[in-house]
Amino acid sequence: MNKELLEIIEKNARLTNEDIAVMLSKEEGDIKKMITEYEKDGIILGYKALIDWDKTDSEHVNALIELRVSPQPDRGFDKLAEKIGNYPEVTSLYLMSGGYDFMVLLEGKTMREIAYFVAQKLAPLDTVITTATHFVLRKYKDKGVTYGPAYVDERSNCL
Amino acid sequence: MFDPNKVISKRCADIKPSGIRKFFDLLETMPDVVSLTVGQPDFVTPWNIREAAIESIEKGKTYYTSNSGTQKLREALSDYLTSFDLHYEPKGEIIVTCGGSEAVDVAIRALVDDGDEVIVHSPNFVCYEPLVSLCGGKCVTIETVAEENFKVTPEKLRAAITPKTKLLVLSYPNNPTGAIMERADLEALADVLRDTDICVLSDEIYAELTYGGKHVSIASLPGMRERTVVVSGFSKAFAMTGWRLGYACAPSEIAGQILKIHQYAIMCASTASQFAGIEALTNGLAAKDEMVREYDRRRKIVVNELNNIGLKCYVPKGAFYVFPDITVSGLSSDAFAEKLLFEHKACVVPGTAFGSCGEGFVRISYAYSVEHIKEGISRIGAMMRSL
Repeated sequence: MNKELLEIIEKNARLTNEDIAVMLSKEEGDIKKMITEYEKDGIILGYKALIDWDKTDSEHVNALIELRVSPQPDRGFDKLAEKIGNYPEVTSLYLMSGGYDFMVLLEGKTMREIAYFVAQKLAPLDTVITTATHFVLRKYKDKGVTYGPAYVDERSNCL
Repeated sequence: MFDPNKVISKRCADIKPSGIRKFFDLLETMPDVVSLTVGQPDFVTPWNIREAAIESIEKGKTYYTSNSGTQKLREALSDYLTSFDLHYEPKGEIIVTCGGSEAVDVAIRALVDDGDEVIVHSPNFVCYEPLVSLCGGKCVTIETVAEENFKVTPEKLRAAITPKTKLLVLSYPNNPTGAIMERADLEALADVLRDTDICVLSDEIYAELTYGGKHVSIASLPGMRERTVVVSGFSKAFAMTGWRLGYACAPSEIAGQILKIHQYAIMCASTASQFAGIEALTNGLAAKDEMVREYDRRRKIVVNELNNIGLKCYVPKGAFYVFPDITVSGLSSDAFAEKLLFEHKACVVPGTAFGSCGEGFVRISYAYSVEHIKEGISRIGAMMRSL
């Protein structure tokens, strides 16, 4: 496995195969082959843009839901995770150590939409014991990228 | 009537103003230009380093330090420099300065007298000659060429030496060419210097930005340490240009003289910057390595893109510049840069900004994102096709 290749595209998925080939001193065809293989093996799962929706006129609300659940005898947490993960509103889902079991990240258009989703879809699930909903007030940083004013190159020119 | 022109020191008045300034001022009025001119890292100083400085301020460490810098920073530097096989005592052989620039200045002032000749190579960063002439010295220029990978050769060095030669200034990895001097290259120069009284000022500010091998300092070669002043700093390696933190290392007899000038001119380097420097050397090396890896990737991209648009380019082994040959365009360096700026909204530095033998070349910085580099070079490509 080429760890450097994965690190490079994890930081910038828009580089072309040719760019990556030049950076790693390899052939473009080799890069294409490796990436296809990593996609097939599920090592690379997707390529997405980071969008600061607050800078648009589109409404986006994010929330973090803590779920406490009782694990099922046969499949532990996996069965429930699969079920929760199926909802398109769920953007991330993690099994956690500590005071609760699942952390569910939700995205919706309004707070009401999210509240309804928790009340109507998550809370009634058989094994869910409690839910606690936290709304995101402001996103400062996500996936290693700082949200805020666009980058302005303020470096001065000197030789 | 008082005439200010009459009071200016002759040595100062004789220094030519930098011609590139006008070009840069013009560039700043053109916001839609894709510039490849900047000579400093695009990375921000790693947070742990910034935090160390903030903490020092919060704790009220707002005093002057000792003239040569805090003991702790000099000890950290002494340790760090062993990675280049350089061995300097924290006490008496290392002086912390306001950037590598000050280190160059005080070293030249400590060594150069009226009438002394100083050998410099060209194309090169532009500070050496004015500083030498302020001391009454005279620069003798060795022109380096692309065919010899912009290296100073022993033949050229020998030819430049006269009975008046006091000092050789070496600055590798080099701005603007990206050239480096490998061990064998330096050994050949050392052979020329060993039986002379000539000193060396080795400006190693880009030492960490050496690709595909480790930087070699001439001071690490036999018989060279005693006659060499090594100057470097934190600016390029740790993305700390604005902190103004550098250092000079020399045997105690020379370092003591340098310290006198530094003490009267500067007192000491900024205290908060010195605390940042300690953090950089103790916990910042991994971040530095990651930045170097990123520069290396961009270096390959920039050379590849230039080759794709038909510009010959010596493959740089250090710093973050490439210095392509643009003679195929039929334009002078200045005309090339101007046409590119006005007609294609991209900007490079004409090679002549680094000495007359930079004619026929331009400097391209890759201290930019890959996307920015590719956009800039595609604009150069558009210009090449339009010629």
